[in-house]
Amino acid sequence: MSITDTPVWILACMVDDIEEEDVIRFDHGDRTFAIYRSIKDEYFATDGMCTHEHVHLADGLLMGYIIECPKHNGRFDCRTGQAKGAPVSVNLRTYPVKVEDGRVMIQVR
Amino acid sequence: MVDNDGRNNRDYSLTGRDAHFAEACGLANADWYHCAIPRKELKNLLKRQDGPAIRDTLIWISALAVTGFGGVWFWGSWVCIPFFIAYGVLYGSASDSRWHECSHGTAFKTRWLNNIVYHIACFMILREPTIWRWSHARHHTDTVIVGRDPEIVAHRPPDILGMLLNLFAIKSTFHAFGKLLLHATGRLDPEEMTFVPEMEHSKVYWVARLYLLLFVGVAAGCVALASILPAMLIGLPTLYGAWLAQIFGLTQHAGLGENVLDHRLNSRTVMMNPVFRFLYWNMNYHIEHHMFPMVPYHALPKLHEAIKADCPAPYPSLLAAYREIIPTLLKQRRDPDYFVQRRLPDHVVTNSDTENLHLAPAE
Ligand code: FES
Repeated sequence: MSITDTPVWILACMVDDIEEEDVIRFDHGDRTFAIYRSIKDEYFATDGMCTHEHVHLADGLLMGYIIECPKHNGRFDCRTGQAKGAPVSVNLRTYPVKVEDGRVMIQVR
Repeated sequence: MVDNDGRNNRDYSLTGRDAHFAEACGLANADWYHCAIPRKELKNLLKRQDGPAIRDTLIWISALAVTGFGGVWFWGSWVCIPFFIAYGVLYGSASDSRWHECSHGTAFKTRWLNNIVYHIACFMILREPTIWRWSHARHHTDTVIVGRDPEIVAHRPPDILGMLLNLFAIKSTFHAFGKLLLHATGRLDPEEMTFVPEMEHSKVYWVARLYLLLFVGVAAGCVALASILPAMLIGLPTLYGAWLAQIFGLTQHAGLGENVLDHRLNSRTVMMNPVFRFLYWNMNYHIEHHMFPMVPYHALPKLHEAIKADCPAPYPSLLAAYREIIPTLLKQRRDPDYFVQRRLPDHVVTNSDTENLHLAPAE
C-alpha cells in the first residue's frame, strides 16, 4: 500500500482495540504510527517511532497526554507531538484522527 | 592494537576501531531481547507513584542529617568516625542509585522531584548531570557494546588497581575534576561529542563552573575555620563514602559477555537484603532494569517475579556474585577473551556470535 500526497483517511483500528489511557502500534505500508486513547476517550495519532532513536513509542507508557518512550524515557505530548526535554528534542509528527462507527481513522498523506 | 601475545586488544574508546566495527556489524542501536510480559501486567508495573520515593528520600535525608550532625558533634574524638562512615555511605554511595533512578525519570511520578533529587545526587557523586544523562542513555542503547557504551567499568583486561582505587573514588574523582576543568573552559572531549547533542553543550559548561565554584566555597570554608570539617560534610564523602557504590556497581556487568544483544547475558541480578536494597534503590535487579528501564525501582521486585522463568537464576547474595567476579577479573588479566557465560533457562549459551567481534583483523 502506498501513501500519496493527497490526504486520505485510513482505518487504523477499532475503538476497543485500545484500552483507556493506552497506545497501540499501527503499521501502514512502510510507515508506522502510534494511536493513543486518552482517559477521556479522545484519540490521537503520531509517528510511531521516537525521534531520539529507532524505538516504537507503542511500547511506551501513556500518562495523561504524555507518552514516555520505553528506551530512555523521553517524553512527548501525544496531542501536539511536542518533545518535552532530554533526551528527546525533535517533535513528533501528529495526524488528524476521527472516530466513525467505532472505527478510528487517521488522516495521512 | 595487537598485544605481546598476538591478540587484538579491545578498543573501548567511542571513536576508535571497535566503535566502527560495532556500527558496521549492526551492534549499535540494535534490537535487544525482551522477555515476554503481557501488556496489562507491564502497564501495572510501569505505574508511577510519588509515595515510595518521597518516603525513601525523607529517610535518606534524615539519615544524612543525623549522621552528619553526629560527625560534627563528636568532631575531634574517635566517636565521630562511625558517624562519618555512615554519612559517607549515604552521601557517596546511596547517591549513586539516586542520580541513576532520577535520570530515568521513574523514581518519582512528579517530574520536578526527579530533577531536584537528580541534581543533588549528581553533585554528591560528582557526576556532571548533563554529561551523565546522555552517557547513560547511550549505556542503555548499547549496553556493554565495546566502542559504543561509555559506562563499561570492567574492561578486558581489567584495570584492577583502578577498581581498587575507586573503592575510594580516587581514580574517578581525578578523572571527574579533569573533565570539570575542561568543561568549565567551554570544551568537551571528542568522545563526549559523540553522545551529547550540541544544544546541551552550554549547559555542561555552566554546570561545570558552578560545581567548581561550590568546591572553591567548601575550600574557603575549610581555610576560614582552619579545619577540614566543611569538606568532611561536602566533597570528601564522595571519596570516603564511595566504597559501597563500587562494590554494588561492579556486580552489574563485570566479567559477563560483551557485544551480546541480550541483557540476560551481560547483566546480573543479585539478591540483596532490605538495607542494601534501600541504599541501592533495587538496582540489584539489573537484568530487569535494563530490559524494562521504564519500570520504577520500587516495582522491580515484582518485575523480577514476572520474568524470572525466562532469566538466568539470580545470584543468591553479594558474596555469591563476588565469588564469580573476582576470579573472573583475575583470569581476564591473563586471558581477556574469557568471560562468564550465563545459563539461560532452556539452553546453555556456549558463546555468542558477536562476543568475539574485536577479534576481527585490525585494519
Ligand atoms: S529512543 Fe526514545 S528517548 Fe531515546
